[in-house]
Formats: sequence, structure tokens, C-alpha cells
Amino acid sequence: MGRVVVEVMPKPEILDPQGKAVVGALPRLGFTQFTGARQGKRFELEVEGDVTPEVLAAAREAAETLLSNPVIEDVVRVADASAEAAEVSA
Amino acid sequence: MSAGTLDTTLDEARIGVITFPGTLDDRDAARAVRLAGGEPVSLFHADGDLQGVDAVVLPGGFSYGDYLRAGAISRFAPAMDALVDAAKGGMPVLGICNGFQILTEAHLLPGSMIKNEHLHFVCREQVLAVENADTAWTHRYEAGQHITIPLKNQDGQFVADERTLDELEGEGRVAFRYVGWNPNGSRRDIAGITNAAGNVVGLMPHPEHAVEAGFGPDGPDGPRSGTDGLGFFTSVLASLVHA
Repeated sequence: MGRVVVEVMPKPEILDPQGKAVVGALPRLGFTQFTGARQGKRFELEVEGDVTPEVLAAAREAAETLLSNPVIEDVVRVADASAEAAEVSA
Repeated sequence: MSAGTLDTTLDEARIGVITFPGTLDDRDAARAVRLAGGEPVSLFHADGDLQGVDAVVLPGGFSYGDYLRAGAISRFAPAMDALVDAAKGGMPVLGICNGFQILTEAHLLPGSMIKNEHLHFVCREQVLAVENADTAWTHRYEAGQHITIPLKNQDGQFVADERTLDELEGEGRVAFRYVGWNPNGSRRDIAGITNAAGNVVGLMPHPEHAVEAGFGPDGPDGPRSGTDGLGFFTSVLASLVHA
């Protein structure tokens, strides 16, 4: 089974009320070094078999049409999850 | 001009109200249509047939629990495919609250709604200025008229890039603006907008909750006497009669 990771973030020029609430809460726990926070979304799309270039292309299209709204969000990453795991362990 | 019920018999004017999973205000919208003198027609999101209605209301609520983004999943319902075509052909469409969010997700209206700036759910009687009194849903109001209708939302902050906002202002497509207090951080106090043709209108506040004395916001005639929302529905019925 293959898995594609899609990450979506609010556009830089769009105020992120949730990120603002998070950065407001951090100092209460002693995390005073963080001056900003932005909150996005991560999707994991599963497919039968391998993540082929066709699967990645379809994931990219799904990311642009359904998973994000281009008015307020950017798709920042569409990647094969197994490649991602390799990156992390490297 | 009065925003009261029309004198003309409008038995032939049929206004569809689409119900999605998680819609809450479909029955209130149907009631508003009836009180204005039209015939409400219940439509279902999974049915691509609009049953020949003359106009459509997308009511408020939390379709699909606001999962993904408010209105994002409803936008792909079979009824929406039919609606987008009909709206492009000039059929009047009103999106209220979640219905407005669905219209932006469907790209029938520009911009989008994000979480309220203060992160709180807000529920209040809200004063609006009618900025554009030439649309299918507002022509029985006067330009600049102040109306009071309920507002209740969590994701009500209207956002768009500066170019889009300038276009909306320049083309007179800001239909409603918040007066007195901006309840959610919406850019330029925008409460509702229209498309260029004036047949598609969306707003966050709820006109369908202010259509019958005894059940609306406080008004000049006493508590709960406000019926300022009725004009939306009498407007569209009048535009259908004269179409």
C-alpha cells in the first residue's frame, strides 16, 4: 500500500486566527521563545500499490481542487510518504 | 419602498431550498419564502434535478460538520452542479451563512470565509447597511438602508486579496456592510457580496430569521417585532414576476 502526503498552509498574507491562538497559549507553558505560529493541514492519501508519477499527479490535482482553497491556502507539499520516511531516518 | 409582503399573487413563483447533510436553517428559509408569498420547494443535495424552480436558497448550518473547510464538500454535491449552471444562466441564488461559504467554494462568488478573528462563535442581532439595492435579492430595499437581522457563525471572517476587494468595491458588488461593529474581522466590514449580474448574492447574517413579527430581532414596534429580512424574499419574488 502506498501513501501520498499533502500539506496545505494558509497563505502568508491571510491572518491565521488559529495560529494566533496557539502562539498566545505557548508562553503560558513556558515556551517563550516562539514568536509566531501558523496552523495548516496534513492529508495522507492511501492507494493500492506503489505511488507512481500518475498517482502523484492525481494527488496534486485533488490537492488543488478539493483539499485546498486557492483563495486562502497554498499547497506546500505533495510527496510519496515512503520517500518522506527515508528523509526522516537519513 | 416597503419590504412587506407583495400584493400580487405569486403562486407560480417556486423557490427551491437545498438541504445538505448538516444544514440547519432549511425550514426557516422555506418559511420565509412562504411568508413572502412564494412557494418553497425542498431540494436534496444528492439530487441533480432542481425541479424547475425559479430561484434557489442555500440555507445556513454546518454542512458536513464544516469538515475540511466550511462548504468545501457540499460544493461537489450533484445539486450544486445543476445550480452552478442555472446561476450562470441568470437564475437568482441566495447563499446564507453556510450557503454563502458554499457559493465561494463553488467560485460563484469571490473570496472566502475563515475563522472569526476573535475565535469565538458569535450570535447577535446585527445592523447591516444595504450597499447594493439593485440585485435580485435586495431591490425592495433602499441603497444605504440599515436593517437588523440575526448573525450567528464561527467561520464568518470574509477575506479576499486586495485586488479582489478593490474590484468588488469598484463594481458596487459589496451588497451588505456591518454597521457599528465588525463582528468577525471581515475585510472592509463586508457582510455580503453579489456577482456582477446581481442574481447571485451571499451573506453571513440570516435574513430568514427576521421575517415574522413575534419571532425576529427587536424592532421599532417592540421586542421581537423585527421583520427586516423579509425584503430579500419579496425582492426575488418581484424580480421573478417582472422577469
